[in-house]
Amino acid sequence: MAKAFTSKVVTANALLEGDAVWLTEDDRWTHDIAKAELLTDEAHADLRLIEAQMRQHEIAGAYLADAIETPDGPAPVHFREDFRTRGPSNYFHGKQTEA
Amino acid sequence: MYSYNDFDEAFVRERVSQFRGQVERRVDGSLTEDEFKPLRLMNGLYLQLHAYMLRVAIPYGTLNSGQMRQLAMIAERFDKGYGHFTTRQNIQYNWPKLPDVPDILGALADVEMHAIQTSGNTIRNVTADHFAGAAADEVADPRPYAELLRQWSTDHPEFQFLPRKFKIAVTGSVNDRAVIAAHDIGLQVVDRDGQRGFRVLVGGGLGRTPMIGKVISEFVSEADLLPYCEAIVSVWNLLGRRDNKYKSRIKITVHEHGIEDIRARVEERFAHVKPTFGGVDQVLLAEITEAFAPPVYRATSVAAYEAVRDANPAFRSWSDTNLSAHKVDDYAIVSVSLKKQGETPGDASADQMRVLADLAERFGHDELRISHEQNVILPHVAKGDLPQVYAALRDAGLATANIGLISDIIACPGMDYCALATARSIPIAQQIAVRFDELKLEHDVGPLKIKISGCINACGHHHVGHIGILGLDRAGVENYQVTLGGDGTQDAAIGERAGPGFSAEEIIPAIERLVFGYLDLRSEPEETFLQTFRRLGMEPFKAVLYPDKEGKRDAA
Ligand code: HEM
Ligand code: SF4
Repeated sequence: MAKAFTSKVVTANALLEGDAVWLTEDDRWTHDIAKAELLTDEAHADLRLIEAQMRQHEIAGAYLADAIETPDGPAPVHFREDFRTRGPSNYFHGKQTEA
Repeated sequence: MYSYNDFDEAFVRERVSQFRGQVERRVDGSLTEDEFKPLRLMNGLYLQLHAYMLRVAIPYGTLNSGQMRQLAMIAERFDKGYGHFTTRQNIQYNWPKLPDVPDILGALADVEMHAIQTSGNTIRNVTADHFAGAAADEVADPRPYAELLRQWSTDHPEFQFLPRKFKIAVTGSVNDRAVIAAHDIGLQVVDRDGQRGFRVLVGGGLGRTPMIGKVISEFVSEADLLPYCEAIVSVWNLLGRRDNKYKSRIKITVHEHGIEDIRARVEERFAHVKPTFGGVDQVLLAEITEAFAPPVYRATSVAAYEAVRDANPAFRSWSDTNLSAHKVDDYAIVSVSLKKQGETPGDASADQMRVLADLAERFGHDELRISHEQNVILPHVAKGDLPQVYAALRDAGLATANIGLISDIIACPGMDYCALATARSIPIAQQIAVRFDELKLEHDVGPLKIKISGCINACGHHHVGHIGILGLDRAGVENYQVTLGGDGTQDAAIGERAGPGFSAEEIIPAIERLVFGYLDLRSEPEETFLQTFRRLGMEPFKAVLYPDKEGKRDAA
C-alpha cells in the first residue's frame, strides 16, 4: 500500500534577505507560515513546487516541508521547520522580531 | 606580517568585481540559484536557515588592528553588530543581505582580506598554531612554512581536481595547538642534529569517519618540504577514490592501503619530484620568513605586574588561566575568552572587536590571532602592561577567566543557523557554561574540553573533546550523543561513544553527573578529567552517566 501523503507547504529562502518564506494560495511569498497554502494532494503539491521553482528572481532553494492544519492555519511539523518560523534561539533576531 | 603583493591585490580586486556582476545577474533573475550557488560558495557566501552567511578567511588566524576594526565596521554596517569566530580560524557574518555582499568583499579587500574559500577539491587554506611566533615552547614560527605551502598549492595545475578537498596544518611546537593529527597532512617543525625539518603526519580527519593522522616520516628536511608534500598529494591523487565521496579523503586511502604501502609509494614519487624543484622555493621561503620577523620587544616593569597580581584576586585568577608562556621572559601571550558564561561561544560585538583592536595597537605590537578554540589572542604583551590590558578587557566584558576550563566550550552554529544541522548546539553550550558557573565548580574541575557539533560533519570537533557532544535528529526530536576521552593535542585520540543519546532536557543533568562522577573518581585534585578517563576507562563513567539499568543497554 502506498504511504499516506502528509500535507505540505512550499517553502524557500527569499532571494535578497535569505530569510524563510512560504508560498500562498494566490502566489505570493509570505513571512508567516500560517498564511501559506496547505497542500493535501501529492500531485498538486508537486505541481506547486515546480511553479515555485520557476520564480528564481524571488527565492532560492524551494522545497516541500511537512505541515499540519491548525485553527490558525498551517503549522510546521519538524523542529527544523519550526525554528525557521522563529529565528535563532541565542539572540532575539529573525522572524521572532517581526510578530 | 605578510602583506599582499601587487599580484595578490589585483587578484582579489578582480574577484570582487566579477562577483558584483554575478550578484547583479542573480538579483535580476538571469542566473538561477543552481547556476549561482557554485559562484557564491567560491566567495564564501552560504545560504543558511534564516539568512545568507558570509565566511571570511583569516589566514593562520593572524590579524592586525586595522583589519579587526574593518571587521567591526562590517558587523555594524552590514550585519547585526557582531561576528562569529570559528574553529577554522575565520569569521562568519550571519545576516548579510545578498545585494550588500559585493560591498562587504570590497571593504575586506581594502584591508587585504577576502572570503575566497578556494573551495572545491583543492588544497585549502593552511592553518597554524595560534601562538605561532610567540610560544615559549616553539622550535620555530610555523607561519612562513604555512605561507610557502599556500603559495605552492594555490593554482597548482596538478591539484585542481583532487579526489576531494585537502587540508594541511603546521605547528612549530611539540605541544600541538593546531590539531595537526586531524588534518590530511599535519606538519610539526623539529630540529634534528642541528638541521631544521618536519615530522609529517598523514591521513587524519574528523567528520563522518574520524581518524588520527599516522606518521609517514619522522624527519623531512626543510629543503624537501614542498617536494615531499607534492609526492604525498600526487600519490593520493592517483589512488584516492573518486567513486564515493565518503571514501575519497586521504584518511580512507591510508586506511585502505596501510601506512607502509603509502610511505613506499611516496618515497618513490619523491625521488621523481625532488629534482624538479630547483631551489626557487628556498629563496621564496627566505623572503617569506623575513615578512614574519618578530616584533621589537619593549622593556616594562615586571615588578608592577607581580604587585597587582598579589593585590587583586580577580586579576590573579585571570592571569592564572588566560596567560601562556612567551618566548621572551618579560612577555606573555594573552588569550581573550569569547566564552563568557551564557553567551554564544565565539561571538564578538563590534565594540568588543574595536577594544581588541585598540589593545593590540597600544600594547600588542599590532597583532591579534584567532584560535581554533574560538578565542582571540594578543600574542605579544609585555608583562608590565597586563594590568591595563586586563582592566580594558574587563570593561568590555572580555575578561572571563576560563581558558581551558569547562565553560571554554567549542560549539558549531548548529540548528540555530546551519542548514545542514540535525540539532542545535549553541543552547547546550550556553546551559552547560551557566550551570557550572552557578555551581562555582569550574576551577575545582580544572582543565576540561567540551566540544559540541550539530551534525556528523563535526565542525565543532566533538570527536576530540574530552567530552564530545553530537546533536542528532532521532525520530523528529533533538538527541545528544556523548563521547568521552577525545584529545586534540600531540596525544590525539578520538573519543569513544558512551552509550545511548540524551534528549535536550536530559543532556545538561547528564554532563553534570559526569563531572561530579569525575570529581569522585580522580585520584587527586591534580589528576585531570582526561587522565582519570585514561586510567579508569569507560566503565565507571558509563555508570554515572546511566545510573538506572534501563539506560545501560547499548544503543541500537
Ligand atoms: C554554518 C555553516 C557551515 C556549514 C554549511 C558547514 C559545512 C561543513 C561540512 C559539509 C563539512 C564536512 C566537509 C567534509 O566532507 O569533510 C564541514 C567540516 C568542517 N567544518 Fe563546517 N560548516 C559550517 C560552519 C562551520 C563553523 C562555524 C565552523 C567552526 C566553528 C566549522 C568548522 C569545520 C571544521 C573544522 C570542519 C572539518 C571537520 C573535519 O576534519 O572533517 N564549520 N563543515
Ligand atoms: S557540524 Fe553540522 S551543524 Fe555544525 S556547523 Fe558543521 S555542518 Fe553545521
